This record gives sequence, C-alpha cells and structure tokens, in this order.
Amino acid sequence: MAGKVHVQTTINGQPAEFLCEPRQSLLEVLRDVLGLTGTKEGCNDGNCGACTVMLDGRIVNSCLVFGVEVEGKSITTIEGIAKDGELHPLQQSFLKNAALQCGICTPGFIMAAKSLLDQEPHPTEERIRFYLANNLCRCTGYDKIVRAIQEVC
Amino acid sequence: MSTVTGYKVIGTRPVRHDGADKVTGRALYGADYAAAGLVHGSILRSPHAHAKIVKIDTSKAAKVPGVLAIVTAADLPESGDRMVDVGEGPQPLSHIRGNILALDKVLYKGHAVAAVAAASVHVAEEAAQLIEVEYEPLEAVLSAPAAMKPGAPILHGDTNVALHVQHVKGDVEAGFAEADVIVQREFTTSTVHQGYIEPQNGTAFWSSDGRVSVWTSTQGSFVVRDVMAAVLDVPVSQIKVTPMEIGGGFGGKIPVYLEPVAALLSKKCGRPVKLVMSRKDVFEATGPTPGSFMRVKIGAKKDGTITAGLAYLANEAGAFPGGMVSAGAMCVFAAYDIENGKIDGYDVMVNKPSTAAYRAPGAPNAAFAVESLIDELAEKLGMDPIELRLKNAAKEGTRRVDGPKFRRIGLVEVLEAMKAHPHYNTPLGGPNRGRGVAVGFWFNIGLESSCSISVNSDGKMALIEGSTDIGGSRTSIAMQAAEVLGIPVADINPSVVDTDSIGFTNVTGGSRTTFATGWAAYEAALDVVRQLKERAAKIWSVDLAEVTFDAGVLKSSAGTMTIAEIAPKLNGTGGPVVGRATVNPKGAGGSFAGDIVDVEVDPETGKTTILRFTAVQDVGKAIHPSYVEGQLQGGSVQGIGWALNEEYFMREDGTMMNSSFLDYRMPTILDLPMIDTVLVEVPNPGHPYGVRGVGEANIVPPLGAIANAVSHAIGVRMTSLPMNPPAVWKAISTK
Amino acid sequence: MKSFDYESPKTVAAAVALLATPGKTVHALAGGTDLIVQLRGGRREADLVVDIKAIPELNQLSYDAGTGLTLGAAVACCRVYEDASLKRLYPGLVDAVSLIGGTQIQSRASVGGNLANAAPSADAVPALIALGATCVIAGPNGERNVPVEEFCVAPGKNQLQAGELLVALKFPAPAPHSGSSYLRFIPRNEMDIAVVGAGVCVVLDGDTFASARIALASVAPTPLFVPAAGAALVGKPVSDAAIAEAAQTAAAAAKPISDMRGTAEYRTHLCGVLVKRALNEAVKRAKEAN
Repeated sequence: MAGKVHVQTTINGQPAEFLCEPRQSLLEVLRDVLGLTGTKEGCNDGNCGACTVMLDGRIVNSCLVFGVEVEGKSITTIEGIAKDGELHPLQQSFLKNAALQCGICTPGFIMAAKSLLDQEPHPTEERIRFYLANNLCRCTGYDKIVRAIQEVC
Repeated sequence: MSTVTGYKVIGTRPVRHDGADKVTGRALYGADYAAAGLVHGSILRSPHAHAKIVKIDTSKAAKVPGVLAIVTAADLPESGDRMVDVGEGPQPLSHIRGNILALDKVLYKGHAVAAVAAASVHVAEEAAQLIEVEYEPLEAVLSAPAAMKPGAPILHGDTNVALHVQHVKGDVEAGFAEADVIVQREFTTSTVHQGYIEPQNGTAFWSSDGRVSVWTSTQGSFVVRDVMAAVLDVPVSQIKVTPMEIGGGFGGKIPVYLEPVAALLSKKCGRPVKLVMSRKDVFEATGPTPGSFMRVKIGAKKDGTITAGLAYLANEAGAFPGGMVSAGAMCVFAAYDIENGKIDGYDVMVNKPSTAAYRAPGAPNAAFAVESLIDELAEKLGMDPIELRLKNAAKEGTRRVDGPKFRRIGLVEVLEAMKAHPHYNTPLGGPNRGRGVAVGFWFNIGLESSCSISVNSDGKMALIEGSTDIGGSRTSIAMQAAEVLGIPVADINPSVVDTDSIGFTNVTGGSRTTFATGWAAYEAALDVVRQLKERAAKIWSVDLAEVTFDAGVLKSSAGTMTIAEIAPKLNGTGGPVVGRATVNPKGAGGSFAGDIVDVEVDPETGKTTILRFTAVQDVGKAIHPSYVEGQLQGGSVQGIGWALNEEYFMREDGTMMNSSFLDYRMPTILDLPMIDTVLVEVPNPGHPYGVRGVGEANIVPPLGAIANAVSHAIGVRMTSLPMNPPAVWKAISTK
Repeated sequence: MKSFDYESPKTVAAAVALLATPGKTVHALAGGTDLIVQLRGGRREADLVVDIKAIPELNQLSYDAGTGLTLGAAVACCRVYEDASLKRLYPGLVDAVSLIGGTQIQSRASVGGNLANAAPSADAVPALIALGATCVIAGPNGERNVPVEEFCVAPGKNQLQAGELLVALKFPAPAPHSGSSYLRFIPRNEMDIAVVGAGVCVVLDGDTFASARIALASVAPTPLFVPAAGAALVGKPVSDAAIAEAAQTAAAAAKPISDMRGTAEYRTHLCGVLVKRALNEAVKRAKEAN
C-alpha cells in the first residue's frame, strides 16, 4: 500500500502543496493538514453543504472530493472571499441582515451564494432557493439568508 | 420594577461583534481546535439496542501501530452515586456515567462501549473496530405503550416508568358532565432530533499535574466542568473548560458525551485528545427529543367555554430517565383558563438514545394534541378558532392546571395580533388548501449568570461573560450594558470566556441567556456607574451625593465628564474600574407564541407545501429585533420539519435506518416560503428591560397549526406525526 | 475508510489494465458522490481507486444530427444541463441531471456514474432508457455495446466484468415531433432519493402516439423498462384516457418493496401518477419541438 501522495494545487490564488493519504478527503486536508478550518464538516456525506468550496470555479462538497484529486486544480475557500481585509458584499449583507445565528453553515452558504451571483447576478427567489438546496441551515429558517442574498442582487 | 421606554440601544439592530469572524471562517468552533501534539479518538459503539456486555477484549486494537490509548467504562472511577446538576436539573451520576461509557449493559444501538486514541483519526477508527466485545443480546422495547405493558423488557430496576407526574385542578368528571361538546383523540409523535449542523466535539488534555483542560462546543461550560468532575472524580477547580464557538444546540448540547472520554484517553497517553462525532453517531448516540403517545379530552359549553381538560401523556425517555414529560405537563393546558383539569404524565424508558432537551422540550408534543382538539372544538361549535382561544385565553392571574398563577403574560395580545394580521384575513384562494392556527407556551427559566465589565483607558469596555453564544447573545447582552452606560454597543467588546475567568454561569438554554446574563450585564454596568461616580466625586472633590450620571455623562457642580474623559484618569486616581455582578433572577416571564399557516396538499401524492407562514410571539422586549425574529423563524421551521417529514425510522431490532441527512429529512431552503414574524411586546415586569426568553416558545405551536391546516385541506383529522406524503395520501385515500 | 492506492490513468487502455488488476478490489472513480460515501460507510471497499476523469473519451460531450449524442461516462451533470442544445434535444435527460442531489453534487456527479452505481432509484437511468441510450463498454476483450435497460442486474450491481469500464453513453438523434421528460416523487423538494421516478419519451405523428418508451425508478431491484406501457400508446390518439391506460400498465409492472422511503402500495400508486404527469409533459414538449 502506497503512503502519502504529494499534491500541488492552488488555494485562494496562492500555490499550495501538501501530503495526504488517498483516503483523506479535500475537507480533511483543508482543515487538518492545511489549518484552513473555515470550511466545516456537518455530515461528511454530501447532504448539508457546510463543506462547500469552489473547485475550478464550481461549488462542490469537499467531503466528497479526495485530496489527491485536486492536483493541478484551483480551489477557493471561505478564507479567500474577503479581499485585502474588505468583506465581500455578500458577507456584509449576511451581517447586516442577521442571516446567521450559530454561523456554522455560513461559510458554505456564502460560497454557494457567491457562486450563484457570479453566474446569475439577478436570480429570482425561486432560483436562489433551488440553487442553495444543498446547503442546510437549522437555526434561521432560511428567511434572512434569502433576504441577505436578494439585497446584494 | 418599572420598564423604561425611549431606549437608545435596546431595540436597534447592530452588527454582531463576532460577525466578521463568522462570515470569514475565522471563528473557531470545537472541531477547529488545534494544539501541539493533538491526537484523535474514535469511539466503538454497540450494535445492539439492548444487551449485556459479557467481555471486552482490546488486545488486537492495542497492537495496531499508532494506537496510543484505549479506554472502557472500567477506566472510570467508581465514585458511587449522587445527584449532579447537569443544567436545568439534577441527574444521578450513575446514569450520566452509564451513558458516557456503558458498563454492564448497552441500552441502545450506538451506546458507547470503548474508545481509542491515535495520531490519525483513520488509525483510531480502524483500531476501534478491532476491539472485540462479547454481548448477550436482550429483547428491545421501542415505544412507550409497549414499554409500559406487563412483561415488557426492562432497562433498569423493575419498571420502565421512570416518572409519573400528576396535576389535578377542580373536578374533571363534573367538568365533562357540564360540557355540551366533548372531543377526544389519541395522538402519536415520532422521535425527532434537534438537527444542529455541527456534530458534538471535545478536546481534553490531562496534564501531569492533574489539571484537566477542555475545549468544546457546548451550551454550558460550567455544566461540562461539573459533570466531568463528578464522572472523573476530580475536584471542580482542577478542570478548566474553554468554550469554543458552537454550531447550534437547541438543548442537545447540554448533555456531556465526549469530553470525559477524551480526558480518560488523554490521561493514558499524555496528549491532548480530540473526539468529533460523525453525523451517524449524532443521530444514534446523542439526545433526540421524546416520541410520544398522548390521549387528550376537552369539553366545552355551546358558548365555547372550556369546562374540562384531561390529558394522558407518555413520553419516551430513551435509555435513561428524563423524557421531559414534567415540562409537557406544565404546558399542555397552559394557554387556557380551565376550571377542571387532570394531567397524568409518564416518562418511559425505551431502548433508544437517552433523550435530551429540544427547544421547549415536552411542550410541542402536548400542544400538538391540545391545539388539534381545540380546532375540532371550534369546528363543532361553529366558532372561529382564534375566537374560541380568546374566549378561554389564560391571562394574568389565571391558575394553571399544574398550580402556578400567571403573572403578566401576552397570550391575548398574541391572539389579537393573529386575528388582525393580513394573513388571517386573506382568502386561501384555491382547492386542496387549508389554514391552521395554534398557540403554545413556554415558561422560560432564570438561573445563575455572572458578568464582569472592565473600563479601558479609551473609555470603551471589555465585557466578559460565560454564556456560550448560539445565536448572537453576546451582542444582546452587551446591548443591555450599553443601554445603562449610555455608550454605543460597538464600544463594548463582549467575550465568552472559560470557567476560570468568570463566575458560575448556567447553560445557554431554557431561553435564559438574554434574560439572565443580560441582567448580570445590566447589574455589572450599574456597578461600573457606581464606581465611576465615586471616582468622579474624588476627582472633583465633591460629595458623592451630588454626582449624577446620565446618558454616559457624569455631572456635578464642578463640571461634566464623559466616560471617555474619565477613563484615562482612572489608573492614576485609585486604580482600574471593573464592574461585576452575579444574578439568579426569579422573575422569568413565560412566552406565548401563535402561528397561522396555509398549506396546499397534492391529493394524488399526499405532499404538503407550506404556502404561507406567520409566526407571532410575545417577546417581552426585543433587545435586538433581528435576532428575535430569527428565533421565531428558526423554531417555526424546526416545527415544520417535525410536523411534515422528520422521524427516527426504527427497525424492529432498534436500528435507526435513516441516520443521515439524506433520509432524516430536515427542511431545505427550497421547501419553505419566507417566514413572516410579528413581535408582540408585553414587557415582563420581572426584568429591568422587560425581557422574556424567546428562544423556545416558537417551536410549540407549529405542529398543531400545520396539523390543523392539513386536516382542513384534506378533510381528515391527522393525529400522528410526521404527516409525510404516504401518511397524508393514506388518510385521503381511506377517507 | 480502508486505505487504498490511487491512480489517474490518461487512456482507456491504461484504465482497463488497472481495473483488471488480479487479486485486488478495484473501483472506478468519476464524481465520487456515490463511491466516496460508500467507501466511508463501509458499503464498498477498495484496494485501488482508479480515477477516470483524466481520460478524454470519458469527458466527451458531442452531438451531431446523424449519430446523435455521445456522452462520456465521466461528464458531470452540470455540463449536461448547462448545454442549451441538450435542453432542447433531450429534455428528459436534462430534467434528471438537474434533480440529482443539489448544485454541489451536480458539479461532480456524472450520468455514467449514476448508471454504474446501479441503484434502483438512480434518477438518470429512466431518462436514459426512455431515450434509447446504449452503453459503450471497454474491456480486456475489446469494446461492446449494451442497451441501458440491460446494464443494471441487481441493486448496486451492474454487468461490468473485471477490467471493464463504462466509457460513454450514446443516444440516437431525437426523432421529429418527439419529447422526453423525467419526473420523480420525493417528500421534500430536493436532495431526496426518488421514492418513484418516471422517465418517458414519446414520438407523435400528428395527434397520435407513434411510439413511446417508459421506464421507472425505485419500483424494482433495478431501473425498470416497461415496454408494454409504451406499446399501449402506439397508434392511440393523444388523450387523457390513453395516457391513463399507459400509466396503469406501468404501475402494474412495478414490483416495489416497502422501505423507509415508501410502502409498496404507495409506490405503485405513485407510478401511475408520475407516468401520467411525465407523459403529459413529454407530449407538450413533442408538440413544441420541430
């Protein structure tokens, strides 16, 4: 059985490299190997979206990607959304509109919402809800999350 | 105590102090904790719902390269039995210990039996699976009625009935004799889980000097400390619990599961050990809320006056006593002024995980039954369902069936707000649609809180408190201090600190945090003001009696000073100013909530769509209205999931078949409309700012409101939850 | 999760050789949204995981009016539904790939993987069957083709032999005046496994059914092709009665089990409802197509 694999990739615009076993998920690599703990584990089986990151421009559940699969690819995590210390308008809107209570789902929602608005700047409420159906929140009932996103549209 | 109006800070909507960290991923939750030498643990859990443990052989696991420690219940000290306060009430130590690691018997599938620590979590998992446990399986029992039958398998002692509580008021037989209409039905609800997105976690380090340090996501750091002290037989003062940020709790993160196990592993290997539950373990081995069987009977005169109420409530407590039926019995008829009532409540042990609090525990179940029957009564009497409730509504001075008299409450105001709301006055507009209303009550608690405020030389303040923040409470606590001090809330920096840094503070639960810890902050701020006045008097050389303080400004005949002006002078004129307070307030005000919900049911599939939802609640005084609205919305949506799709799908052998978010179906963002809220403010006379706890009452009415709406939509009374599509379709097709 | 080796071959031949490794349990990895869950949960084990996403043939997505659509087995759902022409030509396929999981799942999950995972509830498969798709399989003994309806043999099991790899799915070009649709029933609005799924494709001749193919998910050990239900429509005028008859024929062929997602009785009932609704949608699309 082979040992750890050396992976070279790009994370939040910067070159990054790490060693991991093939069985370690990208989520595990980000959190436990690279110390990027902003991406969260909620279920580890793709049903809650708390582990959402962007992989080559698309949102994915990082619990369902192996670390070894990201060789040569480009990853964006929640740590890469605010630029030069300035919160992204979505992050500001989430705060202004109280779209978080415990905050554990918030990084995943911001990644997914940003992905939506990058592709469709003015989605309908129905479209927002459909696009974000993979992101679970248990605290807010989603109302203020939808409003926070709508305010940025 | 009078309540002041014209607030400067209270009632505003500032951005929360921990906001930037939470939207950028910088905030550290329990599973994020890192430390030098950190290793990982994995727990081996019972595959049987009920079995004797004959033998545990850890030898194969011990040989796995990389394994650093293995523990079982044998590693727990035998410190006898006594009651331990676990936040919101005492429990026997033997039960707490027995749930953390099973000693002689396993009582539910998923019950922890052993644990392994290794440098890699994968190695720990693989090694744990190599521990060989010999079981003698026993018959399992899975529902309250079954567990109460003679001959049922017994979990502890000689009966599965852990508690029988009874309340009697007046004479129910006479009351029913007076009634013109009587409605009676049996109701069942399934086991449901709080569903917090963050799994339980905990890291512990047992150092060679005997001190135990813990980092965990918990609703009560001091409870973790007390439980660990009892379970590990270590003095309380040798344990320091540092609360990390917490990703949801709803009551489910009050019990202690992992931290003592992590500590035992750490004691053996000398390293900090982190344990994080998988989602499967969260479902199978934490504390869902009781499933229940209820029989309720209500009688009323033709004019709508309720004459009698009879309730039989049997809650599944799970593997250990504590099925919340006491609280259910308190709340079941709380909304109504009933002359004659009798309530019998039973906590019944079954081979399921030991239940824990879930937002107003016991009350949603009971309210589902009562609010459904009130709805039926309204139909039979030809009365508007809100009018019927208004006619019988509990008010200040009403005596509840379980004894206490209400102080000032806002049920009538909630009902009036529902009646006047545009939602209630808009036609349903379509076939297969139904509208339901319901109300609910939660009593809320006080309990102990501490707070300390330091004045910095720039006139801004550091506020420290011990209430872990699940929903913005550190800000609403700081707002109450800011109101006293006459400074912007952004000038107060609140922190939630560890158990060595602040006085005892009870759990973040029971809707007590904004109420009690807010009160502690209020008192600490008053203490700061007292000290500043004394210092100003000294600085000005005037009598203390002539120094006034208003809106952040000290005044006397010698002049004025703002806090920012006196602050840099403090060190040189006697020393720092630190205000402090500890409280245990008794004046918690109960909260009433009410819902209006419109649904549409697809008659061919039985699927229910929520068209419109309005949540109304008496919130006393909304300190931060956005976060209060958020509580109403969150509790309502949990209620929607509970009513429509959530349940523990149990196989006969006690295996939960749907222990993942795939098949444990919580509402997604696509399943819901906006949740409109109405904050009714009937200030609680028992709090300086009129605060009532708001976190819990909002989950009490949705089950009944949705059941009423669906029943109207399909023309069949639904008496069992969840009302999932197959159940609704069955009701329609057998109608 | 048990430890395994990982390889990422760049050619079909290299993948086939790895998949044929003797004495090892080898799994092909496309999107991973089924396989990783199964490996983590202990439902499947691997000594070797072969990542097939770097092989050009498995990533192709090409259409021409003569030969129809070639869909590489590793092509993710999102590439399918983002293609405007596919929405016009194979709407039933686009319906299905838009429903598998949620957005994050659809960024990775592949149609080929959904089929190869061989769950009776697979959302893509009824649409594949209805559209008459064929599996292109490469193996140590060369290439072979298999109609999609024969590919799954038991719950979680497909007919691939050791060393074989599903390379692509081929769809005939849509006939004129044809329309396809996939509908499923789930208790929520997204993220659930289909309680029942219905994929249909109809070809109209004026206002009459010229032909129809109907397939079902979650009502048999494998996705179920019901030729009799489609045959019941041939030559019949488009009408509620004809559609109802086809729906009943489909429901009669269903052999569902009762499990935590639905009872057998409920599922049989839903077959009729969903086939009816899917046929109505497919007819509407057939009439709009030119």
